[in-house]
This record gives sequence, C-alpha cells and structure tokens, in this order.
Amino acid sequence: MRLGQFAALAWRESRTARRRLLLYMSSISLGVGALVAIDSFASNTQRSVREQARALLGGDISLSARDTYPNTVNLALDSLRKEGVGIAEVTSFTSMTLLPRTGLTRLAQVEAVTPGYPFFGEIVTKPAGLWSHLHDGRNAFVDPALLIALDAHVGDTVSLGLARFVIAGTLASVPGDVGVATTIGPRIYIASTYVRETSLLLFGSRSEHRTLLKLTPQLPVSQFIWRFKSRLEQASVRYRTAAETEFNLTQAIDQLRDFLSIIGLVALLLGGIGVASGVNAFVMRKIDTVAILRCLGATSAQVLAIYLSQAVVMGLIGAAFGVVLGIGLQLGLPHVLADFLPVDVQVSVETSALVTGLFVGVWVALVFALKPLISLRNVSPLQTLRRESDAQALRGAKFDPMRVLVALIIVFSVVALGVARADNPMQGIGFSVAIGGAVLLLYGAAALLSAMARKLVRPSWPFVLRQGVASLYRPGNQTRAVVLALGFGVFLMSTVYQVQQNLLRTVNVKLDASRANTLFFDVQNDQAEPLDSMIRAAGHTIVQRTPIVPMKIVAINSLEGEAMINGDTARRHTRPRPSWVLRREYRSTFRDSLMPSEVLKSGTFHKGGTPANDLPAVSLDVDLAANLRVGIGDTITWNVQGVNVKTRVTSLREVNWSRFEPNFFAVFESRALLKAPKQYVILADVRGEGAVARLQRDAVHMFPNVASLDLTLVQQTIGRVLDKVSSAIRFMAGLSLALGIPVLFSAVSATRRERLREGVLLKVLGATKRQVGRVMLAEYLLLGVLGSLAGVILSLASAWALMYFMFKQPFVPAVLPSALVALVMISLAVLIGMLTGREVFQETPMAALREA
Amino acid sequence: MLQARQLTKEYQSGTHRLAVLRDVSFTIPDRAFVAIVGPSGSGKTTLLGLLAGLDVASRGSVVLDGADLSTLSEDQRAKLRGEKVGFVFQSFQLIPTLTALENVQVPLELRGDDGAAPRARELLARVGLGDRTHHFPNQLSGGEQQRVAIARAFSNSPRLLFADEPTGNLDSDTGAHIVELLETLNRESGTTIVLVTHDLTLAHRAQRIIRLADGAIISDAMVEPTVPAIVSNR
Repeated sequence: MRLGQFAALAWRESRTARRRLLLYMSSISLGVGALVAIDSFASNTQRSVREQARALLGGDISLSARDTYPNTVNLALDSLRKEGVGIAEVTSFTSMTLLPRTGLTRLAQVEAVTPGYPFFGEIVTKPAGLWSHLHDGRNAFVDPALLIALDAHVGDTVSLGLARFVIAGTLASVPGDVGVATTIGPRIYIASTYVRETSLLLFGSRSEHRTLLKLTPQLPVSQFIWRFKSRLEQASVRYRTAAETEFNLTQAIDQLRDFLSIIGLVALLLGGIGVASGVNAFVMRKIDTVAILRCLGATSAQVLAIYLSQAVVMGLIGAAFGVVLGIGLQLGLPHVLADFLPVDVQVSVETSALVTGLFVGVWVALVFALKPLISLRNVSPLQTLRRESDAQALRGAKFDPMRVLVALIIVFSVVALGVARADNPMQGIGFSVAIGGAVLLLYGAAALLSAMARKLVRPSWPFVLRQGVASLYRPGNQTRAVVLALGFGVFLMSTVYQVQQNLLRTVNVKLDASRANTLFFDVQNDQAEPLDSMIRAAGHTIVQRTPIVPMKIVAINSLEGEAMINGDTARRHTRPRPSWVLRREYRSTFRDSLMPSEVLKSGTFHKGGTPANDLPAVSLDVDLAANLRVGIGDTITWNVQGVNVKTRVTSLREVNWSRFEPNFFAVFESRALLKAPKQYVILADVRGEGAVARLQRDAVHMFPNVASLDLTLVQQTIGRVLDKVSSAIRFMAGLSLALGIPVLFSAVSATRRERLREGVLLKVLGATKRQVGRVMLAEYLLLGVLGSLAGVILSLASAWALMYFMFKQPFVPAVLPSALVALVMISLAVLIGMLTGREVFQETPMAALREA
Repeated sequence: MLQARQLTKEYQSGTHRLAVLRDVSFTIPDRAFVAIVGPSGSGKTTLLGLLAGLDVASRGSVVLDGADLSTLSEDQRAKLRGEKVGFVFQSFQLIPTLTALENVQVPLELRGDDGAAPRARELLARVGLGDRTHHFPNQLSGGEQQRVAIARAFSNSPRLLFADEPTGNLDSDTGAHIVELLETLNRESGTTIVLVTHDLTLAHRAQRIIRLADGAIISDAMVEPTVPAIVSNR
C-alpha cells in the first residue's frame, strides 16, 4: 500500500471518530500545558535572574556582618575607595515606628542607606522618580503595608526612635524583593546620616551592616576575592558576589521547577491513562471495520498503522492545544508566584519548552494509545461472518510479546521523562518512582473503592442506586480511570488545605501556650524596671522577663582561635567544627531553672546553682552541642563584652524553638553573668480591646528604642503568608483538579453506546425519563464520591506524612476543607455526566435502539 | 481452482471438543458457480470461513489457486485475499465511515494499485450506483448497500467470490436483482462464485450444490439446467 493511499484511507476512516478521538487526546492537553508553562516560566525566570543578577545584589559584591566591621575591614574599604571602587553602606535593624498623627505603632525593618545605594537596579517609588531625594533631608520611603498599618499617608511624619521623618513616598519595587517578605516586616528606608539621631542602636541592639561594592575594571571580582578573602573571613564578614546570588537563585528556581514538574508529569501520565481508557472504548467500536478490512486483504500491521496514525494526529492536536494552554498558563504563573519571586520576570515564548511539550505530549498519547490499539491486531476477519463479544473479538494469545513490549515502552517512557527532568539519573529514577508510586497508589485506592462499592450493594437497596452501582461495572467501563483522574485533583487540593489548616492550628496552639500576647525586646538594663512597672500599672500581667547577654566563643577546652576548627578532632570527633558556630554571636541568658519549652536530654541542669569553687555551669541546646562537638564536662570560654567567662557544659537541652517565647542556645548559671551588661525581653499578657496598641504607643513614647510585637498580629501575618504560599500551590492543584474534566468527558463519551443501549432498554421496559435520569445521577454521584474519597483518604495520609516528617508537628484532620473540595468534585462529575449523557433522555426508544 | 482436503474444524466446549465440520473434501474448478446449502448449524459459515482463509482448520487443508492456506500466516492469507478473493456478506459489511466510492476503493488501495477511484466509479456505475458514489452507507437502502458490496467484491478482479447469504437481508425483488448481478459478473469476468445459503431456490441458480448437514457433506451434485430460474421469495 502506498503512503498516500494509506494516509487517505486513515484520514477517511477517521471521519466519524475524529471528535471522539480528539476528546480522548485532550486528556493530555493539561499535562502538556502544565509542563510547557513550568518549563517556560522556569527559563523566563532564570534568564531574568541572569540579566538582573547585579541588580538583585545591588552591586558587584556585598559584604555583611552582624557587628560593626573591625578596623582591618574598614581600612581595606578605605583603600578600595581610593582605588575608585564605589562603596554604599546599608544598616538594617528593627524598630517601632510611630505615627504621631494617629498614635498608631508598628514594628518595621529600618534600612539606613548611604548615597549611591543601589549601584545596580532601580528602586521604584510611588510617586515615581523620588528615590534620589532620600538624602535631601529627613525623608523616608516605606512599604505600602506600613502605611496601612499606621493609617498613614504620603506626607505624614513618622517617628523612629528620637528622630522624625517625612514619608516621601512608598516603595513600588526594590531589586531582589520577595513580595511576601514585606508582609512579615514592612520596610522603611532612611538616609544613614540620621541613624545616630534616632538613638535606636544601643547596647545589644540587633543590626546588620551591609556594604555594596561597585568594582572597577582594574579590580574584577576574582581579584577582589583573592585579595580580601582571608581578611574578611577572619573578621567574620560574609561576602557574596552577583554570580553567587545568580547561582543560588537559579538553583532555587530549579528546585521549584522540579517540584512543579512532578505535578505536571503526574498530570501528563494521568492524561495518558485517560487516553488509554478512551482509546480502549474506541477500539471496541472499530472491531467490525477492522474485520472488514482484514477480509479485504489488510494485514494486521496495516490495520494497526491506520489507527495508530489517527491516534498520532489527534495526539498531536491534543498536545498542540496543550502547548497553547501552556503559553496561557505561563503568562499567569509570574502573577501567581509574584510574591515569591525576587525578579521581574520577562515573559517570552520559549521555543525549546514548546517543542519539548509537543514531543512529550505526542509520545505519551502514542504509547498510551498503543496499549489498547495493539489488540486490534487480534481481530479476525471471521468476525464479519460471526460476530463475537468485544472482549472475545479482541482477545489475543496469553503471551503476547508486543503487549510486553508496549508495557516496557510505557515504563521506559516514565523513567525517561523523570530522568530528562532531573539533575542526575538517580534523582530521575526517584522522580519516576514517586510519579509511578503516586499513580499506582491512586489506582489501587480507586480499584479498592470500586470493588468495595460492588461488594456493599444490597438487593434491598433502591433500584436506582443498585443500577447506578452496576453501571460502574458495565463492559468497557471507565470507572478506574475516572476515579483516578478525579481522585488526583482532590488529593492534591485536599493535601494543600490539610497542611495549611494544620500549620495554622499549630501557630494558634503555640500562641495560646505562651499565655502572653505582647513581646517587648531591645529593653535596656535601666529600662526593664520602669517598663515593667508601666505594664503592671496599666493592669496587665508580666509573663516573663528574660535577660539577654550577647557573647562569642573564644575557646573550647584548651583550644583557641583557628585551632578550635580542627584542634581536637582526633580526641573526640572525626569531623572538624563548622566555622559559623565558632564565629557567630550568641544571645544567651542566665537562669537556674528549666522552662516549659525545654527538655533535659543529658547531664544535670544547674538548678539552684553550682558550688562557687566550680567553673560556672552552662546548658547547651543538643543540636548546637553536636555542631560544636562538645559534650558534658567540656569547657567553653565566652567573650562577654570583652570579659572572658570560662564555663563547663553540665547539661544538654532539647529546645522547642517554635514556641512564641525567648529560647536560647546557651543558658548560663546566674552567677556567671549577673554582672554582665545586658538587655531584656519582656513578655506580657495584655487584655482589653485596643489595649495592646495603647500599651505599644505608651512604650514607644517612654522608651523609643524598645521594640514591641503584637503576637496576635504575628499570628495573622503567619496566616496571611501561609495563605499566599498555599494559593500558589493551589493554582497548580487547581490545574490537576481541572485535569479530571477532559478525562471525565472522555470516559462518559467512551461508554456512550452502552449507556444509550441501557437507557433505551430501561425505557422499553417502562422506565420514565426521570427514572433513567436518576440512574445516571446515581452513577455520576458514585463516581464523584469514589474519586473524592480516594483523593481525600490519600490526602490525609500525605498531609500526615508532611506534618510528621517535614514540619515535625502532630496532625489533626481538618474535615471542612476536604469536604468542600470533595463536594466541588462530586458536583463537577454530576454536571459533566448529565450534560454529556443528555441524549439518553432525548432519544426515543426506537431511534436509540436502531443506533445502538 | 479451490480445493478442500479433509477439512475438520473443532472447538473446545467445556471439557469436550465439538466438531462443527468433519472431513469435508471437494474441488471447485475455475469460473464455476457453486452453492453450499444446509440448515442453520450445519457448518456452512464455518466452511466459508475456512475456504476464504478467514479461519484455519483444525485438520485438513484448503488449496486456493495453488496456495495451501494452512501453510500461510494470517497476514499472508490477508494478502492472498486482497489479490484473489472477493466477499459479499448478508449484512453488507460496508465501512460506515467511508462513502460508497471509498468503500469500493479500499481493496485496490490496500494493494497499492493505481487508478483506484476511476475503477471504483466504473464498478459502481455497472451496479447502477453511478450517481450515488459520495453517499455514506447509512444514506443508502439495503439493496444499494449490497450493490456497493458487490462492486467492492469485484474491484480487485477476484479469482474467487464468496457470498454469504447475499440476499438474506433484502426483499425478494431486490434479492433477485442482486443475484442477477452476481451471475452477470460471474459470466463476464469469469470469477468463481461460492454461494452460501440455506435458501434452496437461490441455491438452484448455481451450477452445483454442495449440501451440508451436521458438519459433513451429504450430497454434492450438479444442478439440472431445467430448474426454473426463480429467485428466493424471501
């Protein structure tokens, strides 16, 4: 047979089946769309990161430290300045902002910058173009969230400590900004000249210093690192290059793409299953035609080729539709994820993503269509003379090498898809196992539930319900495919909601457990008593008053300085100590009793103190002790504001860091730090409407440097952040929910013939339209319920696993959200089913009998 | 020439084997018009399936134009059918998605022949459907559909034509017209016709009648030329 004749025959033969085939093939469209959108979006974002790498950092190199820089670094900066290197400084700290006009206060992140900041990228203000006026006077640019919190307007005066600033405008865009961050701590930019005027940076205040460098052609990044690396490291100053920023971000985007890809691939494979089940029904309709063709001399290869070519063409159209859908989604993704992206994503069409999507879509459609299509080879020409049942007509040999080959191709394709999208083959195989596992698990649940429905049905049940259940088992039924597709959407959506609800509940429980709702910090030694009195005088309760002493480690046992890193590895541990645990600043406290958030893991806690002749005792967090490679009996010498304090580790504690309470890595025996300079954190229980805001305002008036947090507000903020994260994930989950739609359409259409025949038979036997409708309703309700149930059960398991293993929190099932998702899915199943099956009502028994 | 040699066809029915055809042997020379008759369940259709290579015998062989069908694979038999065999079925067996013209073209296209469309048009004209070439099967009457099937059966100029109850689904007038058509084509193109029917009147239009009962030949005789040429009154 010639190619042209073959193509013509295949095309003509597809006449009445095109729409149906296309419907089956549309099952893969969403999967292809998701992959195209994810790939294009990831490429777009990575390109934007590359293009904006220097803008993201603000300079060629950024230096940062918790403390002010030591002289060695300042001298280096001076010499760099002389070499023509641009230098801009940023000091970041938290502070209360007070709007005198409204009396409202809000904790904000102060960013005090020197002229020139940022060297690359642009800070966009609203009104536009005002950024350069920051240094003209006591001006401030603030995040819009701060305006809302303070009920302020542009032009208002805001107090920061002892200084006042005019709000010159709001921040529309700051390079490297992650939108969600401003929800947590709104920023206020001021000129660094006025930091001293605020009097906010007192003893123990937490601030970070950052220096942006704009290098000269004579001093490229590599040379800078070569010259200054050791000096910076010795001074505990971190440095970051634009290339590192780019690398870290592209890595993060890769991870995001990997995660989304799993969802996309599962969607694609479910689409494949939808294709397989649709084509299976298609194959049954084609038995007669194939038998005729075989009679007329067509070989089995020719028959297979005819239908395979039809499937490929329709698969191509389905995939192409998916590509178009993907382009649409790609435009939407940057908006959905805008709050989590540090760059403005320039959306452009990624040809490679489109071609890949098209190829993968056609391939998946082909291999999954091949599975049912190869049984057409078994159709004997004898069927023209004596027609057997569909199953008999399609039955082949018990061992069919072609069938095994197709199964292997499907497995190979899943692994290949996983490997192609992973960083390395092992990860790819992990992907494939995860994807295959998810699909198999859902398929298993679907099969189990369907079998249970059949077993549970009782003769005493109403006819309509029994008939509905029976419909799930009609020959060539699509029950498992539909339950699988519906279940997958419900599974993802319900998991997201379950985890979100559990995280929120955890936050609420933690807040309740702390009993306090207001936190004051950066309280200086001489402010603790008056603030304490002020809170009590207002009728509120002090829950906790905790001293905080900043310090650094100078020696472990007899080892000092660099020797601490490797010094005694031979004695106790094989691994060197990470340098960050030795260099960081520890904000420790002293007390002689354990707190409810702490559990003693080993040693004896210094309850009531130790004998005065012994070294003072210190209790360490178990994880920190592991990092420091110290155990009970080891000594640690701390530099406490210039004074060395030698201590002995006498106990290790496990600390519940998620409690809304001050928690510490190191808790000293009181006598060790009693005389050390310190500041305080005060936790208060403030009752009454508006009482927290009033107390915060009074505190700011009396102690401008003291920052305070309304924990209820924190709780709300966490809720908002969680909501933003979930809404991004929900977008993808929603896609998977939508995936069920074409599969459902495809499945309903695949069983149209049988449905019509049954409906007509029922009518012939005296059933009214209404009764036939109710049987159909029962069937779709059951499909919806089974699919939703499979999804919800699996979502409970996966949400439990996420809470237990990832968030390490107890899991309590949240009924309402899952019930809502299930309800939506059931309604969808019923709606689509009734819409597609409406001809069953409309056909008269005679007309339908003729057609059936 | 078509030869059946000790054809036996058995099916497994539960624990025992059921023979639907037993030791059937005969030879049909070229250009002959032979009828195979017998009541329902006598094995007519099974025999037709074996003779046309649609099925394989449990024992025995069929030699079609020198080729032993039992030695050929399914696809080789399909190729042979495409080249040398035509079919006419009781239920027409037209491909519902193809027009009359396209249905007739199929065997020619499967063989890769040139000029499939003009030949199909010519055949349709010969069966009186020159003006209905672009109609789909469901737009044609039963008689018209069977005429399309006959045109299709002759499209590849077969050496042998198998007709399985070709008038079974038609009224008597239409049936008569169809049989006349078959006879004419047999005469003009020299095609051997094997007609399977349980209608004795129709069978008497053939030159020879093979009678089957319970899977075995009970008689094989030439038809007297005096038998009136009336068509089945079904």
